[in-house]
Amino acid sequence: MSAFLFAAAAFVLVTIAAGLIPVLRGPGDADRMMAAQLVGTGGIAGLLLAGAAIGTPAAVDVALTLAVLATFSGVAFVKHGTPRSPDAPEDGA
Amino acid sequence: MPGILDFGLAALMLGMAGWTIVARKNLAAVMGFVVYGLLLALVWLRLGAPDVALTEAAIGGGLSGVLLLSAAERLRDTAPTAHRIGGAGRLAAAALSAAIAAGIATAFVSLPEPAPTLAPAAQANGGATGLGNPVTSVLMAFRAMDTMLEKVVLLLALVGVWSLARDQCWGGRPGPRHRADPRGPLAFLARVLVPIGIVVGLYVFWTGADEPGGAFQGGTLLAAMWLLTMMAGLADAPPTRRRRLRLALVAGPAVFLLVGLGGLLLGDAFLAYPVAFAKPLILAIEIAMTLTIAVTLGLVMAGVPERDEAE
Amino acid sequence: MIAFLGDLLTVVAVSAGLVFFLAGTVGLLRFPDTLTRLHALTKADTLGLGLIVLGLLPRAASARAGLKMVCIWLLILLAGASVSQLIAREARREGPKA
Repeated sequence: MSAFLFAAAAFVLVTIAAGLIPVLRGPGDADRMMAAQLVGTGGIAGLLLAGAAIGTPAAVDVALTLAVLATFSGVAFVKHGTPRSPDAPEDGA
Repeated sequence: MPGILDFGLAALMLGMAGWTIVARKNLAAVMGFVVYGLLLALVWLRLGAPDVALTEAAIGGGLSGVLLLSAAERLRDTAPTAHRIGGAGRLAAAALSAAIAAGIATAFVSLPEPAPTLAPAAQANGGATGLGNPVTSVLMAFRAMDTMLEKVVLLLALVGVWSLARDQCWGGRPGPRHRADPRGPLAFLARVLVPIGIVVGLYVFWTGADEPGGAFQGGTLLAAMWLLTMMAGLADAPPTRRRRLRLALVAGPAVFLLVGLGGLLLGDAFLAYPVAFAKPLILAIEIAMTLTIAVTLGLVMAGVPERDEAE
Repeated sequence: MIAFLGDLLTVVAVSAGLVFFLAGTVGLLRFPDTLTRLHALTKADTLGLGLIVLGLLPRAASARAGLKMVCIWLLILLAGASVSQLIAREARREGPKA
């Protein structure tokens, strides 16, 4: 079981890596903003799987922190990535 | 089987580091750096350091991205005043970095087996503080002096950020006024996520006594949530001349210093806790520290004072 | 018997979750433009995470740990829904790209 969970964590890591290639290269900034979401969700999956495989209960706390902060990062990217125009509301409309 | 995971993680991290250096646009490079930080948290967990993993997730995942992006934004409008570093300069930088990495690797590999460490001593004496987490015991009792001085360093960093303000804006509100559609997704996200994030932050702080966690990680989460309300336009950054704000900023180091002096006058040494009161004293210091860390990091991320209070 | 059923649930749910993660990444690689790729990322990965959480619940160290994992998934649902809206607006603002 532990070997299966490790393999699952490694597989998730491979999917993150493969997913990062188009996301980071993507022609626009909007593509790159997806990186936070991708690594956040995948990283949490990997953390939970690896934590269950080793038997570290702290992994769940780290995953919880990651969940809150990956979201925050995503918002920060969108906010700072868009050049500001003085009259438009900042999250687009 | 764990070997494959570790190898994959290491390879991915090297790839991300390489990409971050090579990326042309600031936004892309910062994102690469944040992704690198989030993966590093995984690595720390694999190395058996969940406290460091928590801190890396908090700082690398949240803080550094915002800081770097704000800095990039400030530089975006300015004309480049210095020449771009040429090929020779880049080569020299690469050679220096490689030399440092090689030096650290050599030092690590040539450590005697078993490596000299104070960890067993720290764990053996954990009973003196009444805390279950040896990392917190080290931070708050055995090496409390370092922790106190770190908080002062944070304060100095904040003063450094403020010093970038124009003279007439000193004491004003940091950063631009963020606006967002009050019925849009950003305001919605802020309204729902922030209370949850605050609870998670307080939980991470509280659980640091016996499990991985602590004041720094909790404070960083709280700072991130405060910044989220500001980014969503639900609250404005307070003017930095406000007295209560400045009191909150010094509360952490001040309480630490008071307890330390109390130890000097009433006990054996500076920062000596009487064993009977060790845990409540540590708790009091940690509460003050969490507040200070949250406010300091929040203000550092909010940016340079740009606006006057009246706006 | 119960332990066997728990293990079976773990293997089945985690495998299903991995399939969705794979589907999400394939979508990222193959879909032609930003909005479709965003859709693949947020929907497939979120569902994949949900299935993985479901699979890990029988192995949770305590009821509180299991509850935390479910909360993590709910947080990611919220994040996926909101941040994808923000990214999509940014994509629309940027205009069609190659």
